[in-house]
Amino acid sequence: MKKVTRYLGVIGMLGLLTVFLTACGSRKSLSQQDVLTNDRASNTITWGVKADTKLFGLMDVKDNTIKGFDADIATAITKKILGKNGKAKFVQVTSQTRIPLLKNGNIDAIIATMTITPEREKQVDFSSSYFDAGQSLLVKKGSSIKSVKDLNQAGTKVIGVTGANSVANIKKFAPKAKVLELSDYAQAMTALKSGQGVALTTDNGILYGMASQNPGYEVVGGTFTKEPYGIAINKGQDPFKKEVNQALKEIEADGTYNRILKKWFGNVAGFDYKEASR
Amino acid sequence: MWYILTHYWSELIQGLGYTLLSSVIALFFSTIIGTMFAIFEVLPNRAMRIIGRIYIELFRNIPLLVIAMFFYVIIPMYVAKIDGFTAGTIGLTIYTSSFIAETVRAGIQSVDKGQMEGARSNGLTYWQAMRYIVLPQAFKIVIPPLGNQFINLVKNSSVLAFVAGFDLMYQGNSIASLSLDTINSYMVVGVFYLIITLPLSYYMRHLEKRLA
Amino acid sequence: MQNFIDAYSWVNIRFLLDGLWVTVEVSLISIIASFIIGSILGVLRYVKIKYLSAIVGFVVDIVRNLPLILIIFFTYFGLPHLGFKPGILFAAMLAMTIFESAMLAEIVRSGILAVDYGQMEGARANGMTYVQALWHIVFPQAIKKTIPTIVSQFISLIKDTSLATIIVLPELLNHAQIIYGQNSAFIIPMFLMVAFMYFVICYALSVLSRILDKKLA
Repeated sequence: MKKVTRYLGVIGMLGLLTVFLTACGSRKSLSQQDVLTNDRASNTITWGVKADTKLFGLMDVKDNTIKGFDADIATAITKKILGKNGKAKFVQVTSQTRIPLLKNGNIDAIIATMTITPEREKQVDFSSSYFDAGQSLLVKKGSSIKSVKDLNQAGTKVIGVTGANSVANIKKFAPKAKVLELSDYAQAMTALKSGQGVALTTDNGILYGMASQNPGYEVVGGTFTKEPYGIAINKGQDPFKKEVNQALKEIEADGTYNRILKKWFGNVAGFDYKEASR
Repeated sequence: MWYILTHYWSELIQGLGYTLLSSVIALFFSTIIGTMFAIFEVLPNRAMRIIGRIYIELFRNIPLLVIAMFFYVIIPMYVAKIDGFTAGTIGLTIYTSSFIAETVRAGIQSVDKGQMEGARSNGLTYWQAMRYIVLPQAFKIVIPPLGNQFINLVKNSSVLAFVAGFDLMYQGNSIASLSLDTINSYMVVGVFYLIITLPLSYYMRHLEKRLA
Repeated sequence: MQNFIDAYSWVNIRFLLDGLWVTVEVSLISIIASFIIGSILGVLRYVKIKYLSAIVGFVVDIVRNLPLILIIFFTYFGLPHLGFKPGILFAAMLAMTIFESAMLAEIVRSGILAVDYGQMEGARANGMTYVQALWHIVFPQAIKKTIPTIVSQFISLIKDTSLATIIVLPELLNHAQIIYGQNSAFIIPMFLMVAFMYFVICYALSVLSRILDKKLA
């Protein structure tokens, strides 16, 4: 009995220690298997997508699936790479969780309104850009905030999302403003509505989606940055990256891309989908 | 880890400050509110007892996060403009006060009934007897569990991260996504929490032994 | 009023119930696992096996004194660095189990300490070995003594699953956020419904614990 207890104790203890050793654990133990080979074998590509972002990736409460531009592009790419029966599996991510999840190998690629930036390129690889967004502002209709310049005053609170590039940008464009970082876009919109900040800043595409859901709010000031969205892939996965880029080219060439773009952005007020067509 | 520590030192210190501030404010007010509802629960007045019971059961059985987000989202819409730190701290106070009420009530009830009767027969009013005789003894009993509540309070203050309360956890999230070094960022944050909670917890154990 | 009627449409309620099911699933499995592991750790801390008890004690103290959110991050983001890739459900369960085991270990240990030492001596004098006495006499009494504390710890566990919404565990609060994120008229109805659902489960459990406590006393 004593032996058993001791044995179980050691196991339990090891389990606990594991967690703390993670920090010391070397980064190389990261699963460096070839994603493309694995995905071909399982006939599935696992994508990290947003679930709280209208137009790009939004959870449909009716059937518990994620729908949007990102999700459709991911499905289209999956079919190009794996063939007609290829499955696209979606894992919900937020701006905060997406990079760790990719690096950990929980997901094969991120297609979640993610801007290609030099800082991120140090950590992950990007496909060629699949959507050109630009950062803008969402404010209550009739707000005195007309452009990003109006935010640059001490005491002004701007709402953003943790891990989003827009938060880093706004600190550059309006250094005097205080940025409140919420965990995802649903929370950020809720915070804007309850008056926690005067404006919500992120990419225009996302903001148009929010404005269409919330009639009392509008996108103002045009775009003040260029935010090309890319599909993030782990470093060292060049074959997979090549396939993704190839697939992206193909769907742009055969009209799939424009069809998906029109489906999501065709009726969005203020967004010129023809200009964004490829 | 060293890089995170040196590079984001000011954010970490700010976070530590907000975490401590929120915990101390919440401890102060939740002790007062908790004691008040604990007294409600032992009053001879039935209506007051029911009010006390409802308050305690209500806030003990709803997640702190739900309470904090409620204050963050709904109060500014209808009542008053409060920021994330305030909303989170109010949530923390209310949530913790229900636990403290339960603890203090147990403490009061463990004080011998004869004490109250004795004090009353010596001419003290009910409130005087409560204030000068019963509560001091009850508090002596409940100091260790109250200490544990404070440790919980420090840990629970991490919900401020959900409402942009600028506490340690919020800074941790921010640092993790800026540095893109998730694990090390959270390790540093963990060390900062332990700096507060671990000594407290050992001190509480020491106190418990001494009082036992 | 119309907001409430719209918010509580069957589609939304079903979505919330999906979330509630995840909450219950994660809680239930973590409760069972952490009760077993926590008891073992608690006993190990009490019996004073050289080194082992000290190490267990140290680790338990570290885990107990960290916020649960951090533990959730460590299991979800940290474990893959050791070559182990938990899904979100498993990561959440693991985090809850690790945290609650540490909390329970402390409760069980103090429960054992509170059982009269004479009990142990009496059992030993009647020919039981140390382990037998611990297992058959002391441990059951310690658990009996600490039932209210243990159950309130489990209630905390159920409530704390809501923290896993930060790693997008599709539990009750997360599903509510998705619903009110799409229609902000539903914010208040959703908050009330979520609070109500948690309350019903947690309150029922606390009533159960009181009944159990009375029966055993």
